Amino acid sequence: MQGRRKIVAAAGTLLLGAASLTGCTLSSGSSSGGAKTITVAYQEYGDFTQLNTEMQSLKTQYEKANPGYTVKLEPIQASENDYYTKLTLMNRSGSTAPDVMYEDTFLINSDIQAGYLAPLDSYLSSWSDWSQFTPTAKAAAVGSDGKTYGVPMGTDTRALYYNKTLFKQAGISVPWQPKSWADVLSAAETIKAKLPGVTPINVYSGKGSGEGATMQGLEMLLYGTADQLYDSSTKKWMPSTPGMLASLNFVKQVYTTGLAPDVQDALNPNFGTTVATELLPSSKLAIDLDGSWLPGNWAPTGTKPWPAWSSTLGVAAMPTQNGQAPGSTSMSGGWVLSVGSHSANKQAAFNFVSLAENKENALNYDIIASQIAERTDVAADPKYLSTNPTTGFFTNLVKVTHFRPAYTVYPQISDQIQVAMESVMTGQASPSSAMSTLAQQVNGIAGSSNVASGS
Amino acid sequence: MTVATQQQTARIPMKGGARRPRRVRRTFSRLLPLGPALLLLAIFFAGPLIWSAYTAFTNMALSGSATTQFTGLANFRRMFADPAFVKSLELTVVFVIGSAVIGQNLLGMLLALILRGRNRLVRTIVNGVVIGAWVVPEVVAGFAWYAFLYKTGTLNAILGHLGLSQDWLYTMPMLAVILANTWRGTAFSMLVYSAALSDVPPELLEAAAVDGASSWQRLRYVTIPLIRRSIVSNLMLITLQTLASFGLIYVMTGGGPGTASSTTPLYMYQEAFQFYQLGYGTAMALVLLVLGALFSLIYLRLIKLEDS
Repeated sequence: MQGRRKIVAAAGTLLLGAASLTGCTLSSGSSSGGAKTITVAYQEYGDFTQLNTEMQSLKTQYEKANPGYTVKLEPIQASENDYYTKLTLMNRSGSTAPDVMYEDTFLINSDIQAGYLAPLDSYLSSWSDWSQFTPTAKAAAVGSDGKTYGVPMGTDTRALYYNKTLFKQAGISVPWQPKSWADVLSAAETIKAKLPGVTPINVYSGKGSGEGATMQGLEMLLYGTADQLYDSSTKKWMPSTPGMLASLNFVKQVYTTGLAPDVQDALNPNFGTTVATELLPSSKLAIDLDGSWLPGNWAPTGTKPWPAWSSTLGVAAMPTQNGQAPGSTSMSGGWVLSVGSHSANKQAAFNFVSLAENKENALNYDIIASQIAERTDVAADPKYLSTNPTTGFFTNLVKVTHFRPAYTVYPQISDQIQVAMESVMTGQASPSSAMSTLAQQVNGIAGSSNVASGS
Repeated sequence: MTVATQQQTARIPMKGGARRPRRVRRTFSRLLPLGPALLLLAIFFAGPLIWSAYTAFTNMALSGSATTQFTGLANFRRMFADPAFVKSLELTVVFVIGSAVIGQNLLGMLLALILRGRNRLVRTIVNGVVIGAWVVPEVVAGFAWYAFLYKTGTLNAILGHLGLSQDWLYTMPMLAVILANTWRGTAFSMLVYSAALSDVPPELLEAAAVDGASSWQRLRYVTIPLIRRSIVSNLMLITLQTLASFGLIYVMTGGGPGTASSTTPLYMYQEAFQFYQLGYGTAMALVLLVLGALFSLIYLRLIKLEDS
């Protein structure tokens, strides 16, 4: 009797273990099917429906141009992080792997190493449009073997938004273009002194904002110093540098001297939405270090229509630390279309990619999805440049932009950067001790042979 | 007696050849109807379980490497050297004891005791309200609590007049999720205890009352010993449920601020699905399983089920 009860108890605990992990897996009943069917996997989530619209149109075009072929669209309903998880789960089995997929450039190296993607060089060499892509765009999806694994769909850049009305009230002349971090801080100080009740500056920070904190926050600072996060010549991570310390100090300064939002608010996972839909439109935030996609929220079809945004907000490039060349900095992400290595008909799959990326379709997508164009002919197109008043400005930042180190361990290192930022902004650690913790963690994640020793 | 035995032994040599296959056939024909069920269990229950136990000893990753190596105990060594994981285990234990053992269990028992012998109308209303909290989907419950405790939420609107308003999810995240889970799960314990209490013979309680036992003594020495089996099953079930609880915390705090409410299931999700280290994540699931077994052992030890 006793023994039997123990078995019941053990079975119960086993159930828990099974439920806790298998409950999260994705079930996708699709298959790559015959060679005449092309499956396309991409993200559709919340207000990000533009890609789905584009794909529907591409499906019609493709099926018309290639009689006998069928395009099977597989929109994945998930936020960015979950989308990637679901896509990799689909790629784990040949029967569910898509032929064409929408891939994030910063994780593409992981998928190349895992063998999920097919090299496209032989197709690209005979595709005349490839020469229209900018050199940065061409380099975005190159694996460590030197082959190209994806065609860029558009990118984004980051800069400072500022509220012209508030600036005028505080007596700062507009248009405003800070030349160094000190200029940014002094403008914020002026706002703080002259306009109580207005948050002077927002720099995303802490785990709540996730990758937004790392990229829009710390990396926008770090890449404006003499240092970077990863040295591609020595192939080492650089968590412990004067630039990192200066960046953490900047975070500390804005959050502990009342220039940045309340720490409790800034750590809320939904803070990004609050900034875009509440703080900026209601003129409660004077300066915001944010992404080129923000105006998409304020379009008539966006989540928070705000027709007056273009007359209220100005944009300024993020200056380098002391104004050193090239004077300003930016960070870029971006997505590419790739062909799956399991695809039964790679030529047909690539034909879909090249159709999606021809001038007409790329132009259309860059406009509807507020993307920064990566084709030179699209970037020069008057229709593209008139999308919204900031498109030209953000497209120009491509010249000074940086990409994140696209390695498998990056998400974990990014997480540790957020932890470091959070401990600094809440005052739990000084910037130097947060940096030494960060260095220790990066050593553990990447292996000490891949990390540059502190300087 | 002897005659019968002799007859039996005499028959065996004659039919011995046919006896064995017949028994096998009988066993087989009895098992046959169970076949589909056993097969389904093997595929959908034992299969994933064995697979996840295996991956716990590998470096399997969602992406970044084309091969998977067997790494022995490396995942477990790494886990216990990882302060964030150890902290998540502590938080899990706090969460289970706070919301399941104390919150749901005691509150459910209290409700069941209070409702015993009340009139039908009261019972229906209270049952309706409590079970209402239970049938609400986890994510909806999480969001309702988020909206209630958030900085500009309902609770602060009320407390604002007293000057006590604060962002509860930031200042006391563990208490917030413990309260929410207690609110949501109490109905289950209440139902289990209501059923158990209705099996307690009223004569015993009356007899004890006649002997001069106070109501506390009647509870302590009559009711509780009679329902102890239900207490153990209830504790085990809610402990296991709470150990694996993910959605509620994920919606309310996302494990934050920082890692202040990151229990092991949340940490496991982060490692397995956000950092793509499937092997490391499943190793944590195994540790969680051991934790569940420990809780069960403690319950069985504390409450003696057999009459001595």
